[in-house]
Amino acid sequence: MSTYSVIGTRPIRHDGADKVTGRALYGADLQLAGLLHGAILRSPHAHARIIKIDTSKAAALPGVRAVVTADDLPDSGDRMVDLGEGETPLSFIRGNVLAKGKVLYRGHAVAGVAAVSAHVAEQAANLIQVEYEVLPCVLTAPSAMADGATLLHDNLMMKELGQNTGKPSNVSEHFRHLMGDPAAGFAQADVVVERVFDTATVHQGYIEPHNATALWNNDGRVQIWCSTQGSFVVRDATACVLDVPVSQVKVTPMEIGGGFGGKIPVYLEPVAALLSKKSGRPVKLLMSRRDVFEATGPTPGSHIRVKLGATKEGKLVAGEAYLAYEAGAYPGAMVGPGAMCVFAAYDIPNIVIDGYDVVVNKPSTAAYRAPGATNAAFATESVVDEIAEKLGVDPLELRLRNAAKEGTRRADGPKYPRVGCIEVLEAMKNSDHYKSPLTGPNQGRGVAIGFWFNVGLPSACTIAVNADGTVTLVEGSTDIGGTRTSIAMQAAEVLGLPAEKVQPTVVDTDSVGFTAVTGGSRTTFATGMAAHDAAQDVVRQMKERALKFWKMDAATPVEFAKGVFTAGDKSITWNELCTKQARTGGPVVGRASVNPRGVGGSFAGAIADVEVDPETGKVTVLRFTSVQDAGKAIHPSYVEGQMQGGSVQGIGWGLNEEYYMSPDGTMMNSSLLDYRMPTALDLPMIETIIVEVPNPGHPFGVRGVGEANIVPPPGALANAIYHAVGVRMNSLPMKPSAVMEAIWSK
Amino acid sequence: MASKVRVETTINGEPTEFLCEPRQSLLECLRDVLHLTGTKEGCNDGNCGACTVVMNGALVTSCLVLGPEAQGARIETVEGIAKGNQLHPLQQAFLEEAALQCGICTPGFLVASKMLLEKNAQPTEQEIRLWLANNLCRCTGYDKIIRAVQKAATQMAEVKA
Amino acid sequence: MATVFLPAMLRELAGGTTQVAATGATVAEVIADLERQFPGIQDRLTEGGELRSNLAVAIDGEVSPDGIREPVSEQSEVHFVLALSGG
Repeated sequence: MSTYSVIGTRPIRHDGADKVTGRALYGADLQLAGLLHGAILRSPHAHARIIKIDTSKAAALPGVRAVVTADDLPDSGDRMVDLGEGETPLSFIRGNVLAKGKVLYRGHAVAGVAAVSAHVAEQAANLIQVEYEVLPCVLTAPSAMADGATLLHDNLMMKELGQNTGKPSNVSEHFRHLMGDPAAGFAQADVVVERVFDTATVHQGYIEPHNATALWNNDGRVQIWCSTQGSFVVRDATACVLDVPVSQVKVTPMEIGGGFGGKIPVYLEPVAALLSKKSGRPVKLLMSRRDVFEATGPTPGSHIRVKLGATKEGKLVAGEAYLAYEAGAYPGAMVGPGAMCVFAAYDIPNIVIDGYDVVVNKPSTAAYRAPGATNAAFATESVVDEIAEKLGVDPLELRLRNAAKEGTRRADGPKYPRVGCIEVLEAMKNSDHYKSPLTGPNQGRGVAIGFWFNVGLPSACTIAVNADGTVTLVEGSTDIGGTRTSIAMQAAEVLGLPAEKVQPTVVDTDSVGFTAVTGGSRTTFATGMAAHDAAQDVVRQMKERALKFWKMDAATPVEFAKGVFTAGDKSITWNELCTKQARTGGPVVGRASVNPRGVGGSFAGAIADVEVDPETGKVTVLRFTSVQDAGKAIHPSYVEGQMQGGSVQGIGWGLNEEYYMSPDGTMMNSSLLDYRMPTALDLPMIETIIVEVPNPGHPFGVRGVGEANIVPPPGALANAIYHAVGVRMNSLPMKPSAVMEAIWSK
Repeated sequence: MASKVRVETTINGEPTEFLCEPRQSLLECLRDVLHLTGTKEGCNDGNCGACTVVMNGALVTSCLVLGPEAQGARIETVEGIAKGNQLHPLQQAFLEEAALQCGICTPGFLVASKMLLEKNAQPTEQEIRLWLANNLCRCTGYDKIIRAVQKAATQMAEVKA
Repeated sequence: MATVFLPAMLRELAGGTTQVAATGATVAEVIADLERQFPGIQDRLTEGGELRSNLAVAIDGEVSPDGIREPVSEQSEVHFVLALSGG
């Protein structure tokens, strides 16, 4: 039985009224006196040398106030910088903001313009004349890795765990995990299945395009308002690119219209700042939807080979995986986490995994919800399903026999702490969905599971106590999906207050301690922990105040329960003590900074029923259930929402979505009409089962739930398609034409 | 630069005049000229539905309407849905059902759902899905949006009865 | 002595061994001992006196935010793993 009074309830979110009335201010909504509007000129080529840029005609257009190119960026040399997604050469970050020397993908920013209106700015951008020498392009990992492939970067050498191989390459990094003896393991296997998979580049698809407004003030202070998952990341990256001290940059995160990992890198902020510096006015830059597709980070396409061996008793004894992920123009394809997740759901004693981070002439990729894991799980879960079929075992039963649990050693070395893989599988098996029969021809059911780590990373929080008994909570995690409330609820639980009496505010980078990105499923976990700890700090101080109020010895123990402070025969309510703050030492402000340990990981599962039209290859999702271990669901409605949203993104990834590229590197479907994300009409209700295996590392047992739910759907759908029409799909998306080709070649 | 056009229109029941360039969309006029920024831009080519408003009783994507076309028209936006301090049952149901996460698509969904319930007070799940298929949401998977519309429909029917 | 699980790509420096015993009260001291046993390994793991930015250290399965300053006990399992963030 829950002993909580706030945790696990479903209060209305604190920013709710603003968001249903249109009052919430997103980045594009910002209006400032004297505001100029900008436009970015982007490369029409996937790979070309920039011979010359002539901005004179653009600058001469009436209404134009500033034009910038990479020459306006400070040349502060190259160095490695860590902006929260691992260390990257500054030249790569700067080069992606404005191209210097070469363009590496179609859509690569070449110049920026600020003018009195967006239309004038766009006109001016089109007057900039750029002379290019077009170069051959490489668009997939296998082609970029081939001998003699065109190289994107002259100075990129393949590295192997800190060792520079000295070999110029499009492969920036190769790594390997090796556990046990895979050859001996496969020799023990009665069944071995090996398959090759390809997955297309897909986009996070947030509905709000990127935006940034900047004011480079006369005192040298740079103020930025933008849509980001991490205001501190924007601050630090912008300061690096502009070569100004971090203290000179203040970032105010506006409301954010979706991110899913794609709103971590900086694209527009430094350009808006440069345009503001040149024009002396605030400058707003907005991306078009085409810019979002062509010039922000989608998730990597990938080429994967997975081989698994099992005994006839259904024990997985060996696994081998090869993963080559397309990083896009600059290294960082998230193949590392892909490799850590490819076999993460299973206890397999003998494993070898090779991962390759490969640059190609496509936009530089960014994180997308459990980055790297979905591609990998599609491959593994398809192979596991095939093994279950060959052994004649129920696919959930096979997974249960091999499920990872506390003490299972992962391929990358460490053993799992307490995890909920088995509980997720059992919930799937016991679900109404799994027990219900299919109802017609050409229907099939597929299951899959997946894993995603959580991360910790720094968060800070302060809580000020008001005289009327309410508190204000200040935090720095931009709120993409209700985290103000899931964080405030944790403070409320500690303080014995209803959620409504904790007023959370997400503030700018000058107003709270460093807080890492809203990503990695960390916000409710880590910033929630900061709120919990800050609330405990409040309670500690309030106990001191109670003793002071009672004129009792400071060492006297004080109890705080159900809103009442008690020491001996003295007692005072929270509300009354709040009115005594001024007379007991001034305002009470609790604070906490964390960089938590005890990070839990989350397992998720999906059950998908589909019907395949054998005439057209169209796959209709008839029924879908998402199961996930939340540790402890702070606000169950928003946990369900994460599961449903992640599931549907996974369904889109599985069935429809892809960057459809021409041979010269142009994305042919860069609109929301042709890049086909699921609509309400494409889907059934998404059933959810929240499993709660508390994370011992969090005071309320929280596991982050933002990501793992996207991992299983493509694999579950592939397996469902197989059970419907007997074809094993080995590439994503499983669009009608691909399904038809598979049926024809059966 | 093009000279500006004077447009007389009615927005959320208020007679409104504004000046715009002939090339400006109604969406730009609402947001940049009138500062009614509740209506959002997601794609500027009519595919996402974030900029949905009602124009003369019909749902339109305001990015595909030119500002001067608003001359003499009646426009309804998300800002007009609540009655004073009282949220509309749909707004209340969206909050109670957690039918929004990031909230950027919410104004478009609310405008479209309100018109649906005006035309069909008790829509089925499939009718809601068909009606809202012009509005993209990337966060919720639509499940809670469908439930919120159903809940609002039920509550509005109870109030009427 | 703590047990260090060597990443696959560093095992060649240790003659193919997967696990080695190393002394040290902190990760930094353990790495210094590894360097004594297998010259060259420190440069593969650290840069500028910190763990390489794409690496993290896990002690008994738990990733440490303190990196090379993390205490290590006699019975500890030490793993060098890829650092993670997320979407």
